[in-house]
Amino acid sequence: MEPKNSFDFDGSCVNADIVEVLNVKGEKMKKVKQILSLALMGVLAFGASAYAEDSIRIVSWGGAYQKGQSIGIFQPAAKAMGITVKEDTYGGISDVKLMVKSGGDKFDMFSSGAGSCASGGAEGILEKLDYSIIDVSNHIPGTWSDYCAGADIFSVVAAWNTDTYGDNGPRSWADFYDVEKFPGTRAMRSKVDAQLETALLADGVPMSEVYNILSTEEGMDRALDKIRSIKDHIAVWWTSGAMHAQLMKDGEVDMTTGWNGRFDVAKRDGAKVAYDYKTGIMDWEGYGIPKGAKNKDLGMKYIAEMMKPEYMAEFVKHITYGPTNTKAYEGGLISDALARSLPSHPDNAKHQLLLSQDWYAKYRTIAAEKYTEMMTE
Amino acid sequence: MATVGAHLNEEALKRLDRQERFNLFGLTLPYLGLVSILIIIPIGWLFYMSFIGRDGTLSFENYTRMLDSKAYIRIFITTFKISFLTTLICALIGYPLTYFMSQLPKKWAGICMIGVLIPFWTSLLVRTYAWLVLLQKKGLLNNLLLDFQIIAEPIKFVHNTSGTLIGMAHIMLPFLILPLYANMRSIDKDCVRAAASLGATPSRAFWTVFFPLSIPGLLAGLLIVFVLCLGFYVTPAVLGGGRVIMAAMKISSNIELYFSWGAASALGVVLLVVTMAILFIASRLVSIDQISTRG
Repeated sequence: MEPKNSFDFDGSCVNADIVEVLNVKGEKMKKVKQILSLALMGVLAFGASAYAEDSIRIVSWGGAYQKGQSIGIFQPAAKAMGITVKEDTYGGISDVKLMVKSGGDKFDMFSSGAGSCASGGAEGILEKLDYSIIDVSNHIPGTWSDYCAGADIFSVVAAWNTDTYGDNGPRSWADFYDVEKFPGTRAMRSKVDAQLETALLADGVPMSEVYNILSTEEGMDRALDKIRSIKDHIAVWWTSGAMHAQLMKDGEVDMTTGWNGRFDVAKRDGAKVAYDYKTGIMDWEGYGIPKGAKNKDLGMKYIAEMMKPEYMAEFVKHITYGPTNTKAYEGGLISDALARSLPSHPDNAKHQLLLSQDWYAKYRTIAAEKYTEMMTE
Repeated sequence: MATVGAHLNEEALKRLDRQERFNLFGLTLPYLGLVSILIIIPIGWLFYMSFIGRDGTLSFENYTRMLDSKAYIRIFITTFKISFLTTLICALIGYPLTYFMSQLPKKWAGICMIGVLIPFWTSLLVRTYAWLVLLQKKGLLNNLLLDFQIIAEPIKFVHNTSGTLIGMAHIMLPFLILPLYANMRSIDKDCVRAAASLGATPSRAFWTVFFPLSIPGLLAGLLIVFVLCLGFYVTPAVLGGGRVIMAAMKISSNIELYFSWGAASALGVVLLVVTMAILFIASRLVSIDQISTRG
C-alpha cells in the first residue's frame, strides 16, 4: 500500500494492524514497527530528523579544519565501523549548553578545544568519557581528560604577511609588540584565550613563570597594559580561525595571532603568510559527548576508532595540527618533512609554552571581563 | 406610543451592542492567549532568570557585574549610539527617496520598489559579507580609488564604526521606506495643490502640508529601524571587526563565559528597560512637538 500522501496512514488503520499482529507472532511486530515508524516519518515529514541506531551526528568548526577531519577521520572511521556519520558545524560549547539545557537532540558529539570541554564538564553538561573503551595508552600525556579525548595539538602563533616583511617577520612575541621595528596593522583574538600569554612573553617573562604571574591581579593588568600599548595598531579583533586566515589572505592586516594550521592552509591557497614556532603557545583539541546524548555508547566506540594513528596521520595531510597518538609518528605514516612542520614535533614543541587549562578553569571569567573592558576602551 | 417604541428599540439595540462587543472580545481571545504565551510569559521568565546566580540561587550578581566592569556601560552606549546613527542615516537617505517614489507614476514607483525589495529579500549574511568584500583594505572600492590615484593610502572603511553603519543602514533602509511609502501614497495630492493655489511656494507647500502629513509614516519607520538595530548581531560582528561591540554580542559571549542564562538575561532585561524608557521619553517629546506645531 503506497500512501498517496503522508496522512494516508490514519490511526485506525495502524491500530487494526497492531491488534491483528498481537494475536500472531513477534516477527510481524517488527513489520508493524516499520509501518508505524514510516507513518510517523510521513506525518512528521518536516522538522523531525530521521534517527537511526547506526548513525552518528558530529559537529565541528567548519572550514579547512573540519574538511581535514571529515576526509581524514570522520568518514573513514565511520566506514571502518560500518556506520554513517552526519556532519554539521556549530558555534562552540555554548551551543552544547543550549542543546542540553533545552532538552534538544541535534548532535551526538562535538569537536572542541580542551578548555571549553573542561568548563562544560564542570557545568555538568557533558558525559564522562570511558577510557576503558577509548585507548589512550600511546597518547602524549596530558592530552586527554574526563570530558575530552584529545585528537590534535595546535599552536597559537604570530603570523605575518610576507609581502610586508619578507622573511624577517616577527619571530618572537617581543617583535609582535614592537611597533617601531615592525610597523603595520595587527589583529588579535576577541576572546582572551592565549592572548594574555603573548603579552607577558613579549615582556620577557620566562615560559615557566607566565601562569604564576597571570594568577595575580597585577600580573593580569601588566599583560593587559602591554596589549593596550599597541591597541592603536590592532585593526581587527578576530572571532574565528576562518576569519584570521581570511584577514591574512586579503592582506587586511600585516600580522595576527592565530592557529598555525589555518595559516598553512591559507599559504597553500596562495596567501602571503609565514610564522615561526618560537612564538607558539600549544593547546589541544578533541571530542566530547553532550550529557544525555542518545547515541552515547556508539559515540564512545566511534571516538575509540577515531583515536587510531592512521586517521590522525591522514588528518595532518590536510591541516598541520599534530597528532596526540604518538604511534602516528611511527612506521612512516607521516613523512619526515610533514612531521617537522607540526606543532607537537619535538623540535617545535621545545620552544613553546603549553597552555594551562588549570589557569583558564580558575581565571577565565575574570580575565575575559577585563579583556573585553580593554577592548571597549 | 411612539416614544415607548423608540425606548424599547433603544433597549434592544443596547443589548445587541453588548452582545456584539462580547462576541468581538471572544474573537480576540486566541490573540490574547498567543500574546501571553509568546510575549508576557517569556519576558517574565527572562526577568526571573536574570536574578538567578551561577549557583542557581536568587542573587543580584548578574546586575552587580555590570557595575563592576566598565565594559558593560560602554557596550550599551555603543548599542544606542549605533542604533541612533543608523536610524538617522536611514531617515536622511530614506525620506527623500520615498518622497521621490511617491511622486512617480505608479508604474515607475513599482520598478523603484523592486529596487528596494530585492536587497530586502537577499540574505542578511550575504549582504554583510558583500560589504566586507567591497570595502576592505584591498577591496574593490579601495583598489579603484588607488588606481585612479584619488587616494595614496587605502581608507579604513570596515572593521570600525563607519563600516558597521554602512552595512546596517543598507539593511535597515527598507524597514523605513515601506511604512513611509504607504503613508505618503495615501496623502491626498489635492492638499498640496490647494496650498499651491493659495500662493504657497513648492517648498512652503511641502513643509507646511506634505511633511506634517507624512510624520506618522516616518515615525513608524524610525521606530522599527531603531528597535531592530538594538538587537543586531551579525552585521556589527562582521563589519565592526571587534571594535564595535553591541549588546547582542555580549549576550552571546556571556552565555559562553558563565554557562548561565542569568548572565545573559540580565543584559536583555537592561536593554529592554532602557529601550522602553527611551521610547517613552521620545513619545512624550514627539507629542509635545506635534501639539506645538498645531498651536
